[in-house]
Amino acid sequence: MGQLILRRVVATVPVLFLVTLGVFLLIHLVPGDPIEAMMGESQDEAAKQALREELGFDKPLIVQYATWGGHLLQGDLGRSVRTRAPVLEDVGRRIRPSLELAVFAMLISLTISIPMGILSATHKNTSIDSLGTSFALFGICMPNFVLALLLIFVFGVRLRWLPIASFVDPFDDPINGIRSLALPAITLGLALAAVITRTLRSSLLETLTEDYVRTARAKGLMESAIIRSHALKNALIPVITVLGLQFGTLIGGAVITEYVFALPGVGRLVVDAVFARDYPLVQGVVLLVALGFIASNLLVDVAYGWLDPRIRYSG
Amino acid sequence: MMQASAPARPIQSAMAAGPQVRGRRWQVIKRAVTARLAIVGGLVIAITGLMAIAAPLVSPYDPLRQDLANLLAPPSLAHWLGTDNVGRDILARVIWGARVSLIAGSGSVAIAVSAGSVLGLAAGYWRGLVDDVVMRVMDAVLSFPALVLALALGAVLGAGLGSVLIALGVVYAPTFARLMRGQVLSIRTREYVDAARLLGAPDWRILVRHVLPNAAAPIVVQASLSVAFAILAEASLSFLGLGVQPPEPSWGSIINAGRGYLQQAPWMVFGPGAALFVTVLSLNFVGDAVRDALDPRTRV
Repeated sequence: MGQLILRRVVATVPVLFLVTLGVFLLIHLVPGDPIEAMMGESQDEAAKQALREELGFDKPLIVQYATWGGHLLQGDLGRSVRTRAPVLEDVGRRIRPSLELAVFAMLISLTISIPMGILSATHKNTSIDSLGTSFALFGICMPNFVLALLLIFVFGVRLRWLPIASFVDPFDDPINGIRSLALPAITLGLALAAVITRTLRSSLLETLTEDYVRTARAKGLMESAIIRSHALKNALIPVITVLGLQFGTLIGGAVITEYVFALPGVGRLVVDAVFARDYPLVQGVVLLVALGFIASNLLVDVAYGWLDPRIRYSG
Repeated sequence: MMQASAPARPIQSAMAAGPQVRGRRWQVIKRAVTARLAIVGGLVIAITGLMAIAAPLVSPYDPLRQDLANLLAPPSLAHWLGTDNVGRDILARVIWGARVSLIAGSGSVAIAVSAGSVLGLAAGYWRGLVDDVVMRVMDAVLSFPALVLALALGAVLGAGLGSVLIALGVVYAPTFARLMRGQVLSIRTREYVDAARLLGAPDWRILVRHVLPNAAAPIVVQASLSVAFAILAEASLSFLGLGVQPPEPSWGSIINAGRGYLQQAPWMVFGPGAALFVTVLSLNFVGDAVRDALDPRTRV
């Protein structure tokens, strides 16, 4: 197991280097002078020159990258051009609503997708299965901003059951916190649930044709016991991979969801930074998001090896 | 094991006969329905495509014409999908917006297929350093969540259709590079490739004449499925304000404009939203049918 982790970590190193290089070069892809793009409205040439020096644009590219990389290793991801606050501080302020949204959405998606995936597979080619597969298709094809606006329209505007654009931290006020996160979490959770339902259905269908399931049936075990004790455990392995990969979808979805529901999260921070042309902030947040994505994939790889010994030993 | 399983077969087949017959019948029905869905999907795509091409002819109004006497008018015979906050006809804007969506969907996937295929072809055929460098770069691109990378690229390249095409092309290219590399790794060891090499064919000729045609099927399948996601991604970027800029119509930006009028004029959101959903759904039907036709193993 230790070897597996070491192998995966070593394989991540070149990717990490290329990711940092990509994020660093991002600002240099800006057509023309990035300083002008960021501070075009300002007439203060001294301020522009100060920013140019702060970002090291007066030095060769390789020196800029080395300096930037050195700061990264010390945990310094740069400063926002607008607020002058360190990127980590900005992200730190916004991370809590995003994490709460992600956890809530994940809970909703698992609550829907696990029973639906199991029922769909165990009732293959019936109306229950059709319902499950139609739900999965709907969730995959439905743009999350349209779904968000549909939920706002029905539950916020027409029925007035839930608030549509106010964030209350569930740790400060649990009832209103959950109410304020309900619609964004449903928006984000349904798309995830669709993918997980589809994966679990096909994985469970495949598992149910395995010899050990046939043996369990021949032994006279009840179908529910076969699914619970034999099939589901193995069928969940691909679901874990998908869950890891869906971390990216979760972040992408969070960008849109936080924008629509005006949640003060990291997704909203990215959008605001993009519109303010605050490139150091964009760089910092995108880098953090990518690192989070790499870490989640690494965790999934390791979990996969832990759950499935064939992967652990085959390398 | 053989001894144990042999007597079980007749019992098993007898027990399973009923469900098997039902299952087979259901399979036939399902395939027919699936094919029918693909036909419906194909028809919807064809109609959307024709509308997009013939927008100047079929659009009931100029999508930019403001009718201040008809602000936020609900759907009616004169304006089938209603009007927006400055009196523009929503149907006309949806028809013109289809152009942007289809161009963005097919254009970005074309860029991704071209770039990804060339990179995957080179990595799989030459292996070694080329393979290592190309695939690590692809891994790095895949380390960014798709929408976040598209957003970041859109931010530096500026808003507009061109930027969206490039951003989404970059985001989707690694998928095609990985697919192509996998195909090439298996094809390059085939006898006909060895034969061509022994006959003295240059690398480019082997790649173009022998490897590429045999590696194309999964690329076509993936491309057909990716167009739907590219349309969704373009709409998301336009919704956030990084795609085609108003007043030019695109489905995402029309929906974003309607966001503030959800209470008074929900048709501003749900007309274009339905067009987007139906188009993506139809593309999925067609994509699934292409996949089933080209890769029977994926039938479940």
